Amino acid sequence: MSDLETQVLIIGGGATGTGLARDLALRGVQCILVEKEDINAGASGGNHGLLHSGARYVSNDPISAEECRLEANLLRQLAPECIEDTGGLFVAVEGDDENYIADFPLLCSKCGIPIQEISRDEVFEREPGISKKLIAAYLTEDGAIDPFKLSLENLAQAQNLGCTFLQHVKVIGFEMGQNRVEAVHVLNAESGQERLIKIDQVVNASGAWAAEIAALANIPIHILYSKGSLLVSAYRLSQRVINRLRPPSDGDILVPGGTVSILGTTSVRVHSLDDVRPTVPEVDLIIDELGEVVPGLQDARYVRAYSGVRPLIQTQEAGDDRAVSRGFAVFDHAQDGLENFTTITGGKLTTYRLMAEKVADLVCEKLGVSSPCLTLTEPFPSAKKGKWTEPGLSSRVWLKEHASRKPILCECEMIPENVIDDIVGNIRKENITPSLKAVAARSRMGKGLCQGTVCGTRVTSYLYEQGIFHSDQGLANIKEFLDERWKGERTILWGEQLIQTGFKEALYCGLLDLELD
Amino acid sequence: MSNSDPLKCDLLVIGRGMAGMASALFAANRGLSTVQVGMTGEIVFASGLLDLMGVHPIEEKKVWQDPWAAIDSVAGDLPDHPYAHLTKDDIRASFVEVLSFLEKEGLTYCREENYNSRMINPLGKTKTTYCVPRSMWSGVEAFEKKPPCLIAGFRGLGDFSARQIVETLQHQWPELRAARIPFPDTDHVNELFAGDILAQSLELSINRKKLIESLRKHREDAEVIGLPAVLGMNHTDEIISEMEEEIGVPVFEIPTPPVSVPGLRLNDAFVRGLSAKGVRHFPQSQVVKVRQNEAEEFVAAIGHKPAQHTILTKGIILASGRFWGRGLYAERDRIRETIFDLPVYQPESRDKWHSEDFLESGGHPINQAGVEIDRLFRPLDSFGKPLFRTLFAAGSILAHDDWMRMKCGSGVSIASAYGAVKASLQLE
Repeated sequence: MSDLETQVLIIGGGATGTGLARDLALRGVQCILVEKEDINAGASGGNHGLLHSGARYVSNDPISAEECRLEANLLRQLAPECIEDTGGLFVAVEGDDENYIADFPLLCSKCGIPIQEISRDEVFEREPGISKKLIAAYLTEDGAIDPFKLSLENLAQAQNLGCTFLQHVKVIGFEMGQNRVEAVHVLNAESGQERLIKIDQVVNASGAWAAEIAALANIPIHILYSKGSLLVSAYRLSQRVINRLRPPSDGDILVPGGTVSILGTTSVRVHSLDDVRPTVPEVDLIIDELGEVVPGLQDARYVRAYSGVRPLIQTQEAGDDRAVSRGFAVFDHAQDGLENFTTITGGKLTTYRLMAEKVADLVCEKLGVSSPCLTLTEPFPSAKKGKWTEPGLSSRVWLKEHASRKPILCECEMIPENVIDDIVGNIRKENITPSLKAVAARSRMGKGLCQGTVCGTRVTSYLYEQGIFHSDQGLANIKEFLDERWKGERTILWGEQLIQTGFKEALYCGLLDLELD
Repeated sequence: MSNSDPLKCDLLVIGRGMAGMASALFAANRGLSTVQVGMTGEIVFASGLLDLMGVHPIEEKKVWQDPWAAIDSVAGDLPDHPYAHLTKDDIRASFVEVLSFLEKEGLTYCREENYNSRMINPLGKTKTTYCVPRSMWSGVEAFEKKPPCLIAGFRGLGDFSARQIVETLQHQWPELRAARIPFPDTDHVNELFAGDILAQSLELSINRKKLIESLRKHREDAEVIGLPAVLGMNHTDEIISEMEEEIGVPVFEIPTPPVSVPGLRLNDAFVRGLSAKGVRHFPQSQVVKVRQNEAEEFVAAIGHKPAQHTILTKGIILASGRFWGRGLYAERDRIRETIFDLPVYQPESRDKWHSEDFLESGGHPINQAGVEIDRLFRPLDSFGKPLFRTLFAAGSILAHDDWMRMKCGSGVSIASAYGAVKASLQLE
């Protein structure tokens, strides 16, 4: 058991944790980031990938609305490679609340959010899929952001500046001193190795798990768990982000992302963070609600559904989770008697940078570091580590690099051998064992129509031939990979996608006997 | 364009998968004038291995060495399973008839009549199956005895890694060794090949000579050599004999994921042989509309929309498959049969269609879905009575049969086709 030492230990590799790592690293603060699973394994990976204009929050949370507006504009400047600036459209159809529609322009202007009313004809010209029952429409500045790319790029720059990233490493306890945490016990889930990390400061950025981590230090935090489920369509169904023009509720946002669209969301109270999955009723609800504004969604083909858990900070016993603030909270646990322990939770992907800045300010003050926050002005160095998560990018690059092209391993998403090499190289640099699941998390592998049917065997064969897989580990890898795909598939299987899945089962069970062990 | 004169026949077979092909064969062999419709032969997706009965109960993952004992057990435990509607004599007879037909068409199968065999698959696991193409049989024998063996793969054949098979099987077969060799004259090509292109090119002796040369160099102490199943398209047995003679050791093929060459060979053999037997086939055709006339004959409009031909037939065998064959289609809230809108046995709601885990040992309830039949293989209405006197169903459209988990896909298709044709003759 070897001991480590750092100025700041960050717990949680989501948008906030990786953003904080970058912020601190840019200020010259030494840090270690520990993540118990993989980058964005929680809510940072389980969301729409929506860059909020703020318009959605104007009625119930004007502070968040303004924060979104400011942060979205900053990210457009500083991280353009993570953003597809699609623009947004808020639409109301017959039956929607007319008072809300009437109030919307004023509410937006109060928050400084620019909108522009457009005519029916213009709507149908821009978005032919919108329902003919349209009664009002406004253009907004919403966009799409790739959360995986964002976190991977945050992390990449932090690592270049000296931050250490420990993956599959879980915090299991704190070593307490006088009014402070002296060190943190961590366990590597893969190797079983335990380590002690001596720290000056700890930041708990574990999102929905914040209460569990805080409890290890005997600090009570009350968090509500609100599950939100989303669907991924097989094709892109709109040019812009489409919002239902009504008070925030279930199934009212459609976000395009490269070659696909993402539909969401729901809000279901859950009491445990284990095995959070979408359900069939949620899937049907989302399609039916959004189908009112984009009727084609009723017959569209879907490839996947997934869920994230929003950590909502509980201030009082609220009936409706959407009424609880979507804002973030920084808890300085000095008030609980631990002077070097801070928790940050809640918030939104769009405001992750601001959250990181606030907590970094606090931590730096405690450390006596006076360097200012640089993430307000410093563009991303475009490390390209996360680039293979972008839908459609791999095929464009492949076509461009025609002369040196390599065989395609994933045909749905056009991923050639050299992209797999690139990703495996990066995974090794992150000090983790290459697995199909890890490759899939860093690319579009398995995210197309066949959901891993072809690439599952093909990439496995390739990794054996490259000497990366040994012994019978390919079997466990394929099982883990298929299992991960299945979580997303189970609730959206009908029509063409069910036919596809039947083929997958015929291959893996009928021919390959993978279920028999 | 629609022919005013309908084409008359005794039997219309709907489907081009294993059950459709077998139905057309049994009907033609019994002198029935037969018409077959269906889209691109679903049978090309077959692995080439013919399963009879392998695993029961699936929850226990109990693998049976003796498929006939397994069938007894299934018929006893699952009274709605298609095997419960068949006698073992009929099942045996159906296999004899199909295997001898395929042999005449140049596709010879090997089996231990009363035992299942174990064949290596591309994951490096072994699959329990019943009949194996002769081109693979040395592989079954080699797996039993485990002599020094070379598995060779080709650069460019993406679905097959010799190294994967060897690494995965190494602990139970220490003298297994892998080689990756270039396929003759493909060094300059930077793409993955479909197996059928390699198979076609090995029909040429100049390419075979180069391959044999390369295998000789890699052979070393190997007493048997395994290769992906791409050794020729129509002359596989001759090609393998030639290779064995030149190299001096047995050579066998290992199945690859679909669309695989053994599936294409099976399709070719059926298409050739059925056509020679006078089965009339309309390529790329579907049943657009079907009704019954006063004489209880079926009038089927076939082709693409609009229909191009009218068939007047005394009976129909519905072998249109499950979802992959599009015999069944799943709407968001129910599963329907696509041609007659027959009642479909199915789990009560979509939430119950699939289990929480993909590899769940009990399988997915949706795989029990399908058409329920009487003892004469006739689809039933909701009161349990046959819907039509001469409409029969065979193959994977039949309910209560998780063939993927039970390893009985080909067996149920072939045997139920036999049962359906036999029933149609009884009702003549």
